[in-house]
Amino acid sequence: MTDTIYALASAPGRAGVAVVRVSGPDAKAVASAIAGRVPEPRKSSLRAFRNAAGEVIDHGLLLWFEGPASFTGEDSAEFHIHGGPAVVAALAEALGAAGARAAEAGEFTRRAFANGKLDLTEAEGLADLIDAETEGQRAQALAQLTGSLKSIYSGWREELISILAALEGEIDFPDEDDVPDHLSEAAGQPLQNLIASLSDHLDDDHRGERVRDGFVVALIGGPNAGKSSLLNRVARRDAAIVTDIPGTTRDVVEVRLVLGGFPVILADTAGLREASDAVEAEGVRRALARAEDADLRLGVVDVSRETLDAGVVEKLREGDALVLNKIDEAGEASASLNFEGVRFELSARDGQGVAALEAWLSNEVTRRLGRREAPAISRARHREGVSRALGHLQAAQGQLAFAPELASAEIHLALRSIDGLTGCIDVEDVLDRVFSQFCIGK
Amino acid sequence: MKICDLDTARAQTWDVIVIGGGHAGCEAASASARLGARTLLLTHKASTIGEMSCNPAIGGLGKGHLVREVDALDGVMGRVADASGIQFRLLNRSKGPAVRGPRTQSDRRLYRAAMQRQLGLTVNLSIAEAAVEDLLVKDGRCVGVVDGVGGEYRAGSVVLTTGTFLKGVIHRGKDRIPAGRDGEQPAIGLSDRLYGLGLRMGRLKTGTPARLDGSTIDWASLEMQAADEEPVPFSFLNDRITVPQISCGITRTTEETHAIIAGNLDQSAVYGGGISGKGPRYCPSIEDKVVRFEDRTSHQVFLEPEGLDDDTVYPNGTSTSLPVGVQDAFLRTIPGLERAQVRRYGYAIEYDYVDPRELSATLQVKALSGLWLAGQINGTTGYEEAAAQGLMAGFNAALAASGSNPFILDRSEAYIGVLIDDLITRGVTEPYRMFTSRAEYRLTLRADNADQRLTDKAIALGAASVSRETAWLQKRKELKSARDRARELTLTPAEASRRGLKVNQDGKRRDVFELLSYPAVSWGQVCEIWPELKDLSASVAEQIEIDAVYHGYIERQQADILAFQRDEGVRIPAPFDYAGVGGLSNEVREKLIAASPTTLGQAARIEGVTPGALTALLAFLKRRDREQRSA
Repeated sequence: MTDTIYALASAPGRAGVAVVRVSGPDAKAVASAIAGRVPEPRKSSLRAFRNAAGEVIDHGLLLWFEGPASFTGEDSAEFHIHGGPAVVAALAEALGAAGARAAEAGEFTRRAFANGKLDLTEAEGLADLIDAETEGQRAQALAQLTGSLKSIYSGWREELISILAALEGEIDFPDEDDVPDHLSEAAGQPLQNLIASLSDHLDDDHRGERVRDGFVVALIGGPNAGKSSLLNRVARRDAAIVTDIPGTTRDVVEVRLVLGGFPVILADTAGLREASDAVEAEGVRRALARAEDADLRLGVVDVSRETLDAGVVEKLREGDALVLNKIDEAGEASASLNFEGVRFELSARDGQGVAALEAWLSNEVTRRLGRREAPAISRARHREGVSRALGHLQAAQGQLAFAPELASAEIHLALRSIDGLTGCIDVEDVLDRVFSQFCIGK
Repeated sequence: MKICDLDTARAQTWDVIVIGGGHAGCEAASASARLGARTLLLTHKASTIGEMSCNPAIGGLGKGHLVREVDALDGVMGRVADASGIQFRLLNRSKGPAVRGPRTQSDRRLYRAAMQRQLGLTVNLSIAEAAVEDLLVKDGRCVGVVDGVGGEYRAGSVVLTTGTFLKGVIHRGKDRIPAGRDGEQPAIGLSDRLYGLGLRMGRLKTGTPARLDGSTIDWASLEMQAADEEPVPFSFLNDRITVPQISCGITRTTEETHAIIAGNLDQSAVYGGGISGKGPRYCPSIEDKVVRFEDRTSHQVFLEPEGLDDDTVYPNGTSTSLPVGVQDAFLRTIPGLERAQVRRYGYAIEYDYVDPRELSATLQVKALSGLWLAGQINGTTGYEEAAAQGLMAGFNAALAASGSNPFILDRSEAYIGVLIDDLITRGVTEPYRMFTSRAEYRLTLRADNADQRLTDKAIALGAASVSRETAWLQKRKELKSARDRARELTLTPAEASRRGLKVNQDGKRRDVFELLSYPAVSWGQVCEIWPELKDLSASVAEQIEIDAVYHGYIERQQADILAFQRDEGVRIPAPFDYAGVGGLSNEVREKLIAASPTTLGQAARIEGVTPGALTALLAFLKRRDREQRSA
């Protein structure tokens, strides 16, 4: 028999109210043992909660959900009690005595998934919602929890099944007058459209993953250009060691910030130069790799020098920014660098001009990650699945005119990739479509 | 064909008794006898053995694949179809080899005669005429059958192939005629016995069109469809067809036809509410077509002659349960049929079937050992589906009678495996018909390679005749040496382009398979380069070409098949207590209990079983396995 489980649903520690959830086939018996009979479903009721000895542990609210109309799909109860650690511990003991056991991590969600209350993308959305620290993350996770990705994927599934129905109809009913010849050719346009949709979905600058995992801004530049000082200034703490010695930063130092409601990872990297030892050489290699992967690069140049470091500009791309640092130390009319994009003049040491950079960064992150119409891919798993599906669809397109059975094989593989993200495909889905569209009956 | 007298039949204990002489019964009786089991075939009327009750045709997409597989296992259907086929056509000839379906119309009389000749020649097989009304059950086992006059027949195994006879009722207009087939008595007692066993059962329906007098059809006005110039036989033992080939006519229903049908729907047995059973969507009655596809103003009708010297015509596409007068009226609105005379009127037939989820993978009834079911009784439609089940039930009934291991084919090995797995795992909601789209491993399960997939198994089982074995071993040897040679014969890209073959100039040597995988490279071209290839037999050369066409895809499919077999390898013991598995919803648990799958793979194919439930089940099985091993 399935166990009945309980867990503290609110955060541990002292709080005004703590919520303990119980789920499983014996939830009613367990709740009744502690609170007398359970209230009507979805109505809360003030009760005295008693332990096995009949002693009152606490007074609180009891809510009752009858399966399958509950989060897990099972019979469930919620105890809202006063949030002291001793109260929670006493209730846990009483629940154990009444026949429930402590839930393992994620067990409530796993049961919801097993009972078909959530699909995989929604379960991921839920996990992300619980972990969300910024407003952008919250909005994205909530959208996913309520099925934004699921609806895109199931839309594609529908399309794929239609295309398959055309192919399979042509293959399996060659002598049927109502099934036109060259149905597979007619599938060409929908297939083309689907390929465009998947490509668009993938072509999102990794927006969703950035919202979830952080938008990476890399600081790059020559040694002692002031990258670490700038990092500390923006982070408002001494995250990186700052000295006058060139080559102090040897590994990548990262700080997490919230800008415009989105998580941002600001990465300080080793100064780019001919390294003097193996450790520094490795640091330079990592710096270049981080710069390569970052979503945005800030090229930092020390304008107090007589010759400016033009090499940094070459590492910048469209949309990046150039930071001319140490303006407080610079003389008159410093030589100019040839850079098309945005540039900031500032002093990381005394802070002048930094606010303008921060405002720009915040705007830029919001602009790039902000909500658009289409929900974004939030995990690498999804990107892989969608990319694989796209590859199969392109192959299917190539086979369409020659071998419908091979086009069909490719589309089945594409479906499997998409279904790996949500649910499952059934041959009956395809046959149902064939029979509803065509009059088969030679 | 010699008929065994009933006293003799009752006097001994047979290894296997097969009830029914239709397509499932013939194949079951032959399969059982081939394995050396002393087999008795009991039928109402020996003269109707091998009767084609409905459409006089064998094969098609998926169905033709089944016939080839039955033949590869040395079954009889392919050879009988070859001996009686009068319009061979390879369907989907322009498409890839995996989806080509051999089909023929058959001369009904020749088909019956060839089948009766085959069975008459079968060693270990006796045929007797009796109407079976009950099963003999002893100590919870089926040990024989009882006929209508109380005569008992004893056997180690019993195979029921009663087609549409179980409580069969013919519907035509308001008429209700208890019958198993036009003019034949239904089986009532047997059906009651099966209900008495507590088996889940239901009603299905199917239908058949009127039969026309061919001499009253205006053939001259019709478009004709000819047979293939070079008919492709079903049986791997035949390399040509000697039966004369004929054409069939094509005509269409008209708006007038549809108006008559629509105006008389209340008189149709199906639409008048007289029938509860569910009919197939892919073989709808003409009433169904008119109602469900209201926007179509015309439907195609094939006029198929039922024989070379029989001018009865089967108007394929006009199955109906309308009253006689309405049938006459609508048929005469069809061009070419203005003066057509009906010989026998169409009807719908409703019959009992047993939910095939009551069966194990050998087609034995789980609740009553000693009893096997095959054919329409299991909710299928079609001669080929029936034959495939008959073959497997016949094999397994004989194997069980001699205490041997069962013979089971899985979904990666044969359409037969797909068919039986679909039936026992998912059950049916309408008469089940095979399609190629039901096979996950369609590129591997082809009609052309059924012998490569199955004949070795037939030999190992002891089911193959000497001539089958000799022919196959010879072909197998030729195939192997041709494939080896095709891998040895290679060209550099430069040589290839000198020979006029366009390949990527990447410096890679390519063998015959790789060269042929280019759509622009033909078999003729590679034969020019290596003349020795011209010596290969046509069937072997064809296999080399097919290997090349599906190069890459087949390998990927092999990887899928391995994954599939891994899941099939995770056995779920029987009986199994699903209550012990945590994390299953009640709904999923009930579905699993109802289907009692024997492997994790089968559990995954049950409708409504979620990935989460499978994970929970797998985790449970693994944990149990570990505990048992350490204990």
